[in-house]
Amino acid sequence: MKSSIWIQLASVALLLVLWHAAALAADSAFLPGPPAVFAALIHDIGTGELPYHVGVTLARVAVSFVIAMLIGTAVGFLMGRVKPLDRFFDSWLILFLNVPALVTIILAYVWFGLIEAAAVGAVALNKIPIVVVNVREGARALDRSYLEMADVFQLDPWRVLRHVVLPQLYPFLVAAARSGLALIWKIVLVVELLGRGNGVGFQLYLFFQLFDVTHILAYTIAFIIIIQVLELAILQPLERRATRWRL
Amino acid sequence: MNRLEIDIGLKRFAPVDRADEQIALKDVRLGVPSGAFVCVVGPSGCGKTTLLNIVAGLDRAFDGRIDYGDNQVRPRIGYVFQEPRLLPWRTAGENIELVLSHTGRDSGIVDELLAATGLEKARHVYTNRLSLGMSRRVALARAFAVEPELLLMDEPFVSLDEATARQLRLLLLDIWRARPTTVLFVTHDLREAIALADRIVILSPSPGSVLAEVPVDLPRDRRGDEAAIDAFRETLLRRQEAAFEGVD
Repeated sequence: MKSSIWIQLASVALLLVLWHAAALAADSAFLPGPPAVFAALIHDIGTGELPYHVGVTLARVAVSFVIAMLIGTAVGFLMGRVKPLDRFFDSWLILFLNVPALVTIILAYVWFGLIEAAAVGAVALNKIPIVVVNVREGARALDRSYLEMADVFQLDPWRVLRHVVLPQLYPFLVAAARSGLALIWKIVLVVELLGRGNGVGFQLYLFFQLFDVTHILAYTIAFIIIIQVLELAILQPLERRATRWRL
Repeated sequence: MNRLEIDIGLKRFAPVDRADEQIALKDVRLGVPSGAFVCVVGPSGCGKTTLLNIVAGLDRAFDGRIDYGDNQVRPRIGYVFQEPRLLPWRTAGENIELVLSHTGRDSGIVDELLAATGLEKARHVYTNRLSLGMSRRVALARAFAVEPELLLMDEPFVSLDEATARQLRLLLLDIWRARPTTVLFVTHDLREAIALADRIVILSPSPGSVLAEVPVDLPRDRRGDEAAIDAFRETLLRRQEAAFEGVD
């Protein structure tokens, strides 16, 4: 465990060194080195500007993530358990899986205006089909022998769901959440770039117009760190808790 | 529960892929008196599990009816499946608690059954860490935890070594004496049936139908006696053969 941490640290250090060397060699405002980028990062945290925009973006990520997981899980579960429903809606699913995220976003803005609900809805809509596919797989794989056990012992539906069904769906839900988070925060930036007046995506667009690569990199690093913290602080402990029974 | 009346005219399984339609049970009619321990024996594949699933209400696609007495209300059923079917993400104690109704949860029945089955130490152990013998004990405790009016058991001691199986049979009889209930116990092992049952129902090979019903008049205190069991088994086998010839 200890040695793997050192390996990871060494790997990150190497990346920073390479970056620094490249910046020195290029000697250009379009490729600032790590010191300049981290200085900008610390400065923007100090003024409160970066925390504000990151906070706004994270709020959008959270809301669309929750919406997508709730709707996707319900639809996926039904499609996994009810065969006629699955056959009927399968083509819809394939259609939605293949609509480019950008198209959904543009249509949402055109149809509903440049409003918050359109932004968050468009992000959720991009994510829902992927949750559906994951959860449908899990619902199909539910062990019938456990459901029969629950039936014979006349467990109420709530207990069947909570203690018999959900533990079996859990690996599929975690997979959906993982890939979901990675996808959603990327799409949220596009949504902000196209139609919102705040958030990391909006800021990146401003910096792009100013050719301010230093700030673009500073915001990127801030965001990567936060997503990693979310993974380590929330997703991984949740997964460990739910799978501790495994051998 | 009053007398259980089983009346299955025909149970068939629809053809799957290229396999033909299968008739699993044909003309299975039996009555199980309240509080009796009835063993159903028959060769593998004769529809014993199907019979239990029908009685349990898991399989409703058959011609005939199950009469539970008492205004046709399905009684409280405990089922010990052939594989223990314990949830691996719950501990032994939690698997038993799961089947209790809200009202029954504080009654201490879980403690009593864990003690009776020698599982106190396994209470907080995830069931995928238990041996098969231990898992079977948990399944037994779970089935008794609902205070069943009808206990269904599907070869619950199969694939255990004989010493463990014997131990569990004695354990079953102990618990059954302390918590009397009607038992329908399926096995392919005649000796096991003789050791346990008040009455033995012999099913024919597929499609299963009732060949004979034999009361076991061996006193319960002689059921540990191998010689007595063997002697009874001989008479039973002779009757089984006679019944087979009658069918031909």
